Amino acid sequence: MLRFFHQLGSPKHFYRIAGSWIPWLAAACAVLMLYGLYQGMVVAPTDYQQGDSYRIMFIHVPSAWMSLFIYVVMAAAGAIGLIWHMKLAEVIAISSAPIGASFTFLALITGSIWGKPMWGTWWVWDARLTSELILLFLYLGVMALYGAIDDKRTAARATAILAIVGVVNIPIIHYSVEWWNTLHQGPTVTKFGAPSIDIRMLIPLLVMAVAFKLFYVLVVLMRARLEVLERERNARWVRELVEAS
Amino acid sequence: MAAVATDTGLNARHLACMRNDRNLFEQLSFRLGCGQALILEGRNGSGKTSLLRILCGMRQPDDGRLHWDGEDIFRLGPEYHAQIAYVGHRDGVKQDLSAGENLRLARGLGAPNPAFSIEAALDRVELWEHEDVLARNLSAGQQRRLALARLLVTRAKLWILDEPFTSLDSHGIDIVESLFANHLAGGGMLAVTSHHPVSLNDADIIRINLST
Amino acid sequence: MSTASLNRAFALLLWRDLLLAFRRRTELLNPLLFFVLVTTLFPLGIGADPALLRAVAPGIIWVAALLAAMLSLDSVFRSDFEDGSLEQFLISAQPLSVLVLAKVIAHWLITGLPLLIVAPLLGLLLHMSGASIAALLLTLLLGTPVLSLIGAIGVALTVGLRRGGVILSLLVLPLYIPVLIFAADAVATSGAGLPITAHLSLLAALLVLSVSLSPLATAAALKISLS
Repeated sequence: MLRFFHQLGSPKHFYRIAGSWIPWLAAACAVLMLYGLYQGMVVAPTDYQQGDSYRIMFIHVPSAWMSLFIYVVMAAAGAIGLIWHMKLAEVIAISSAPIGASFTFLALITGSIWGKPMWGTWWVWDARLTSELILLFLYLGVMALYGAIDDKRTAARATAILAIVGVVNIPIIHYSVEWWNTLHQGPTVTKFGAPSIDIRMLIPLLVMAVAFKLFYVLVVLMRARLEVLERERNARWVRELVEAS
Repeated sequence: MAAVATDTGLNARHLACMRNDRNLFEQLSFRLGCGQALILEGRNGSGKTSLLRILCGMRQPDDGRLHWDGEDIFRLGPEYHAQIAYVGHRDGVKQDLSAGENLRLARGLGAPNPAFSIEAALDRVELWEHEDVLARNLSAGQQRRLALARLLVTRAKLWILDEPFTSLDSHGIDIVESLFANHLAGGGMLAVTSHHPVSLNDADIIRINLST
Repeated sequence: MSTASLNRAFALLLWRDLLLAFRRRTELLNPLLFFVLVTTLFPLGIGADPALLRAVAPGIIWVAALLAAMLSLDSVFRSDFEDGSLEQFLISAQPLSVLVLAKVIAHWLITGLPLLIVAPLLGLLLHMSGASIAALLLTLLLGTPVLSLIGAIGVALTVGLRRGGVILSLLVLPLYIPVLIFAADAVATSGAGLPITAHLSLLAALLVLSVSLSPLATAAALKISLS
């Protein structure tokens, strides 16, 4: 087991092992996502208040979960890279940022579309949407900093610091936005579903959540493989790989 | 050269440094003991400055280890920094402070050297009349001498110098070379890059050429 | 290194930065002028109705303070980076985080504290009540050090970049949001005659948190930027 992790730490073995996982992950992700969408779009009952418009929840809620989850993963991987000088952790951290930003963006867009029939407007300064927007800014900051520093190892280490600072701040930002929201909005925003969600709605939601997680792992591995190739482009194993293909 | 018997001084093993995935140097090993001088040679861009910054502990080597008295310098941290003094391309002279104030600051941030007062250090680099002059009003050569006077006010054993003779006239070079000779004679160490030949008479010199 | 030499280095660096600021004292006014200027733009943009101005004053003044603090950040490490002093701090015999704290405190004394002097004037311009102005001063006193401390992390990350300015704002402004929310709301609440102890406690908590964590993050970031 220890040997397995040690091997995974070396770029060459990571490239090979991740490559062998990708087809399986892709298949599992596709099956779960199709099943979840079918359950969510067809099987789950119509909501008595919102009609069918609530069904966007099956995309929106897992995206919002992923947006936060990926930020935490990014900060944790960045910290591992900083502390133990593990290059692979740096690669995972930096490969996660655009994926996390995409999920955050997806959560914002779907939230806004969901909001139109619910609130009658495309944008409401709702606590959760506002927090999501700030999270998007945090992601964009991480990506901008990575892009601005020429030396990619320095860039990875600098963004790791930023991600860790961000992760310490996220709970504070979240709490302050909640506080701000209750003062300025009042309890006008009704929260649907949460306490008494129908089991036929809950199952597709959870299935979609797992499918999104698999999707993230799939894409992060693909991106990390590319990043490893680029970083190691002068290594012998990469040259051999290119010549063989 | 005579091998250093015990594990004192600076011990570099298999150092490697990369910049923009080009290998500047690799498998670089040397030992630097009391009274020895390391002179780095090589073309522009051969990694001399990078190596000096690694020796300062400002930059992590991409491979290899660096030990001071048998301990990893990155583990020692400030304890190692108390043993070294560095004058780089950017010489760290604050333009809006006087010569004396510049040295007082350097002394306060390091381990003060009882052998040299601020005045004595300025005296040694022939800036005694300039203690209260703002650094911006000194000539380039005088500013360089001021930066090098920093070496004297702390108890640093290892001096790390990047092109110390830049903008010095021949008299200035004589002064600095005599500083080096005294430092080595007192058991100090020196790591230096220079385009100008460094004459250290009979000192124990290690030469490394990074271009070969 | 002993505590005495640590204290001496801390005091020395604080003294040095204040002295340097004093020798360039004309530059001290710039962030202050910016603060006043931005605030006076708002009545011109949204109209001079006293009731409207009173309602939006806390937000305006705090956003202006945020921007002024951010613009002045560049000077924390920039000149020390350019002349090589920062390298000397990095290899000094004292822990870098302590030196960073001294520099940030000096920076706040130079750029943050003066905001408190002109803030009452701006409060009057925007028709704020006496109680609101008092609350504004308290929140500025607690909040602006947090801005300097958080901002220092961002500057440390971008100090080696040729055009770090825009990126710096992208990194730092989202992290300023909690301070903005608690502080502006405190001023608005006090204007309504309600107690603001909760707000002040939260701001104080943020201050304690950032004093203890930000120098460490800033020191780590500087080490990376200079490597």
